[in-house]
Amino acid sequence: MDKSEIKAFIAKRVAKELKDGDVVNLGIGLPTMVPAFLPEGVHVILQSENGIIGTGPKPAPENAEPKYKIDAGGSPACADTFGCYIDSATSFGFIRGGHVNATILGGLEVDQEGSLSNWIIPGKKMPGMGGAMDLLVGAKTVIVAMEHTAKGKPKILKKCTLPYTAVHCITKIITEMCVMEVTKDGLVMTEINPEFTVDDVKAATEADFTVAQDLKDMTA
Amino acid sequence: MRNKIISVAEAVDMIPDGATIMYGGFLGCGSAHHIIEALAKKGTKDLTIIGNDCGMAVGPNGEEFYGVAKLVHNHQVKHLIATHVGMTPEVGQQNMVDKTLTVDLIPQGSLAEMIRAGGAGLGGVLTPTGVGTIVEDSPFCLGKQTIDGKEYLLMKPLHADFALLNGHMIDKFGNIWYKGTTRNFNIVMATAADVVIAEADNVVEIGDIDPENVVTSGAFVNYIVDGGNV
Repeated sequence: MDKSEIKAFIAKRVAKELKDGDVVNLGIGLPTMVPAFLPEGVHVILQSENGIIGTGPKPAPENAEPKYKIDAGGSPACADTFGCYIDSATSFGFIRGGHVNATILGGLEVDQEGSLSNWIIPGKKMPGMGGAMDLLVGAKTVIVAMEHTAKGKPKILKKCTLPYTAVHCITKIITEMCVMEVTKDGLVMTEINPEFTVDDVKAATEADFTVAQDLKDMTA
Repeated sequence: MRNKIISVAEAVDMIPDGATIMYGGFLGCGSAHHIIEALAKKGTKDLTIIGNDCGMAVGPNGEEFYGVAKLVHNHQVKHLIATHVGMTPEVGQQNMVDKTLTVDLIPQGSLAEMIRAGGAGLGGVLTPTGVGTIVEDSPFCLGKQTIDGKEYLLMKPLHADFALLNGHMIDKFGNIWYKGTTRNFNIVMATAADVVIAEADNVVEIGDIDPENVVTSGAFVNYIVDGGNV
């Protein structure tokens, strides 16, 4: 698989995690591909933390109003017919208060304690955490959707080396190789891409993990 | 009723060097662009600015230094308190390389509540956001508390000398109706500054906004600037 095929493969698997009626916040990049793969009959309510509950389809260029209506990535957006516009305090009350069923975001590093680092590489660039820390703490389900390795190096570690975005927050990690769940007993691989063996996954993972007894095919 | 409408120049003349300013907006969407532009032209310096982000190096229609990005570009800012500054790379340059700009990054939900607390007479905010992260080392974090077995950070309230808001319709009392996603930080900032200046895309007569549709009461707004709908 090339890069774009890997992203689509991961997004397709992530889509299976969502249930009809879920309120979902999507991070930038790969997570925004997820809605396209939702099974028929599954409709989710998208939230944009800058101020929309019920984000509608991306407006056509002639209807875009970037002065007034954007999403959290700064792209033109608008509320769906059932949606509404809210302010930042309400938006993050909504997030921290547990009203978001799932947040899907990428990661630079994750670890076997279920912690995530995805907001800063010290000394490199100065981005900022934006809303990511609140989303990780507040969403009921946290799904990290990312490539299993970066330039051949494991991203699933025993302990993150970069500054944390949040600790003990991840529910599930979905990569092009496998699906791992974070449990109180550590990471458990529950599904695998049949193109890879368990040893392949072990070689690409620094963290300790166990393999579920009923390991499933993630493409099934 | 007292006339609250002033010119952009009068608004900017109220703001001295060294002032602390809150600015509404999210990547420039919902920012008081005319006032910020005039502040940049005037060159008011040593500002502490508080807002979601630092605008954008390039705006949605190709504008150079969209929103407060131009204040940073002009070296008018000594201290920036924000949640995300990635769209204005100059912030990193002035902070990490030139070391001329102090930056405090705060989680977005915490920043909103810290401003809300500042405007609502509260002594701080207890939030689970940032526990176990470098937010614990922020000068705005006063420590950790455990309540019913769960850990929270105690974050300081924020208050400013000036708040610069943007509203789509503002009546002559200062009542504001916002369009689209422009509410963002404008709503809490309206409550948390000594002097609140609201830039209207459209100034309307009292009564043109139904009381049910007023989002920010004019009681919070000291001055109105007619920005014109451009």
